[in-house]
Amino acid sequence: MSKKRWLPAAVLAGLVAASPVGAFTLEEYTFDDPARAADFRKLIEELRCLVCQNESLAASQAGLAKDLRDEVYRMLQEGKSREEIVTFLVARYGDFVLFAPPVKPSTYPLWFGPLLIGGVGAFFLARVLLRKKESTEAELSAEERERLQALLAAESGDGKPTQPRHKERA
Amino acid sequence: MIPEIGHFALILALGIAVIQAAFPLAGSFTRNQAWMGMARPLAWGQLLFIAIAFAALLQAFQADDFSVAYVAHNSNTLTPQVYKISAIWGAHEGSLLLWALFLAAWGAAVAGFSRNLPLDMVARVLAVMGMVSIGFLLFMLLTSNPFDRLFPIPPEGRDLNPLLQDPGLAIHPPMLYMGYVGFSVAFAFAIAALLGGRLDAAWARWSRPWTTVAWVSLTLGIALGSWWAYYELGWGGWWFWDPVENASLMPWLAGTALIHSLAVTEKRGAFKTWTVLLALFTFSLSLLGTFLVRSGVLTSVHAFATDPTRGTFILIFLCIVIGGSLALYAWRAPAVSGGGRFDLFSRESFLLTNNLLLTLITLLVLLGTLAPLIYEAMNWGKISVGFPWFNTMFVAVTPFLALFMGVGQMTRWKHDEPERLARELWLALVIAAVAAIATAVFMPLGSDTLLLVPLGIGLAVWVLTSHLAGLRERLRHKRGFGAMLSDMTGNGRSYYGMLIAHLGVAMFIVGITMVSNFDLEKDVRMAPGDTQEAAGYRFEFLGVRDKQGPNFQSQKGHFRVYQGDRQIAELWPEKRTYVASRQTMTEASINAGFLRDLYVSLGEPVGTSGDWALRIYYKPYVRWIWLGAILMGLGGLLAITDRRYRTATKAIRVPAGAAAARG
Repeated sequence: MSKKRWLPAAVLAGLVAASPVGAFTLEEYTFDDPARAADFRKLIEELRCLVCQNESLAASQAGLAKDLRDEVYRMLQEGKSREEIVTFLVARYGDFVLFAPPVKPSTYPLWFGPLLIGGVGAFFLARVLLRKKESTEAELSAEERERLQALLAAESGDGKPTQPRHKERA
Repeated sequence: MIPEIGHFALILALGIAVIQAAFPLAGSFTRNQAWMGMARPLAWGQLLFIAIAFAALLQAFQADDFSVAYVAHNSNTLTPQVYKISAIWGAHEGSLLLWALFLAAWGAAVAGFSRNLPLDMVARVLAVMGMVSIGFLLFMLLTSNPFDRLFPIPPEGRDLNPLLQDPGLAIHPPMLYMGYVGFSVAFAFAIAALLGGRLDAAWARWSRPWTTVAWVSLTLGIALGSWWAYYELGWGGWWFWDPVENASLMPWLAGTALIHSLAVTEKRGAFKTWTVLLALFTFSLSLLGTFLVRSGVLTSVHAFATDPTRGTFILIFLCIVIGGSLALYAWRAPAVSGGGRFDLFSRESFLLTNNLLLTLITLLVLLGTLAPLIYEAMNWGKISVGFPWFNTMFVAVTPFLALFMGVGQMTRWKHDEPERLARELWLALVIAAVAAIATAVFMPLGSDTLLLVPLGIGLAVWVLTSHLAGLRERLRHKRGFGAMLSDMTGNGRSYYGMLIAHLGVAMFIVGITMVSNFDLEKDVRMAPGDTQEAAGYRFEFLGVRDKQGPNFQSQKGHFRVYQGDRQIAELWPEKRTYVASRQTMTEASINAGFLRDLYVSLGEPVGTSGDWALRIYYKPYVRWIWLGAILMGLGGLLAITDRRYRTATKAIRVPAGAAAARG
């Protein structure tokens, strides 16, 4: 559950043409206030590079990602809050820019569907674990019972399993 | 000429697969011994011809035969020898061929190690594997032929993607595929059992080692991929909930549920239909994973539209496999249901609970992975589902898994007393709680980590202490450690396998918890001679030099790392530019340690005086993630060497009815 980011998808899918992969650094974004620096870090990790395959702004070397990083940096320096920046970017690029999909009616299935799945699972589990103890045990077919009797008889040593006992019961 | 031989061998293999799918199966219903007897030789034949195709492709790479399009796209005269081998599975077509080869090899292994299995069972299992093989071979021949020729012949190839030119990634896909394809054996056994209407303890005992081997391969394959991402991508990350990662995680999760469910079916005859369903589910997810990664659908639903033949084939194939097996399940499962009964407090209950939790997690990963595709296809707007969503879901569910794991391994089959459990486990629980509280008190935690870190540490300690309590209980009746050694050589191996694998889980939890919450990252600009502090270590930068590699040019940095006044490491991070593709790659340099990694990767040169922008990482306990996975794999391997699998042949000779009666 790392918060870091990487992009093997494109690689394994053989889709990467000639995009450079690897480190670049963020040392040029300096803040006087360490809290702002932390905000910056968190924001660019949770925002998606729009032209990349599953990379955050913190990880992408794409030109557009750099523009967005600069934009986020500028807004933070202007004193805008996290919420304002996110609202601005979503208005411009849509929910796609967020790695955490916002909770709203269209994403209810995504956020609350798991509760439903879990509920169904819990119901099934409770039914199995708390079922009544009516006996369904050892329902053997007639053929199987015969074979069992044969085996038992063979073990007890009389060697003549000709009269299976269940017939007496029947 | 040789590529045509390979192509022809594939066509022959397809023909054999068709016969293998048809005659043994038909024979198993008509009691035709000759037809059933065809299954084994056909499985061998299929392996032979696919191996010939594979060898032909290998030869084309070795000979730099750029008239073969696949070779021209993935190799180059400068590509190092070893990567000319791994380039075979470096892209779509070749990895399908590797898949088919493994499938044929597993089929041949089943044919070879099934002397004591009823012939109709062997015939059905191999027929089902033949059907899967038909799907893959047809897919290859119709849409993704690795032997397609290229004209005009290019003078030079495009080289293998530099990211893949690495030992870790050379063996990662084969390990992964061993796992995926291995689950096809469990799948084939499940289908065969459904067809035959016979599903007993002997069936479970027989398919269990195969499934475990597949699971071990997948576990190690995923760990390798994660480790590779960590050192090769230069970001210090080891998991990002990328769809490609999720594609391998889903069959692993379902497979984990399956090996536990199989244990219950083998020992208690319970969960029969559930085990079958999991076997179908696991293999379906393996197929889905293979195709998700290779089809390009992940980039965008529109990738499907640009190459509709592949996409359509995949959809049809998945529908046949999943739909067909589920239909068969719905029809036949009632016939094989039933089995051992158990009380609320029993090992079965805890295993079932964790089975359902694992299934729930699998479904969540499936939901999160497919949601963006579904939203796009339905025109519900484009969304991203990334690590915040996955982490939230995982943190909500996985703690229960660790909790029940500790209780379940202590609980007896069929029936146990809550008082006895409390008596055996209270000390383990107290130690875990103390560890969690001590973590909360003594560790420097922020508001966002105050809950998660103590929870993670507490759970890891709980897994450890509860299993130690289980071991103590087991040894109580066996008089000491000498007995433990004799236990190891006898029937106890599966128990110790479980123990080791579960301790791997504890180690894994510690690794995740520590590295996710306490890692440090520094983005800095350094001039030669500069030093930087991080987590009590001092990094001295000595500059960057040019160096020439076989198919790349490199700029190699040099660092000395000090702890106090003592030099503890030298690091040589590189930045490479590959000649053919002009791609630049960062090769991070890592000083690995049991408790922490120090990690430096080069960014860009800045200015003209030899300054570099670079990143320094401190990664506490990151090794524990992969060591944990290795322990899980070792545990699985130890378990399958248990004596009862070697003597399993005897159990299988007992008539099925008698086995069921005993179970």
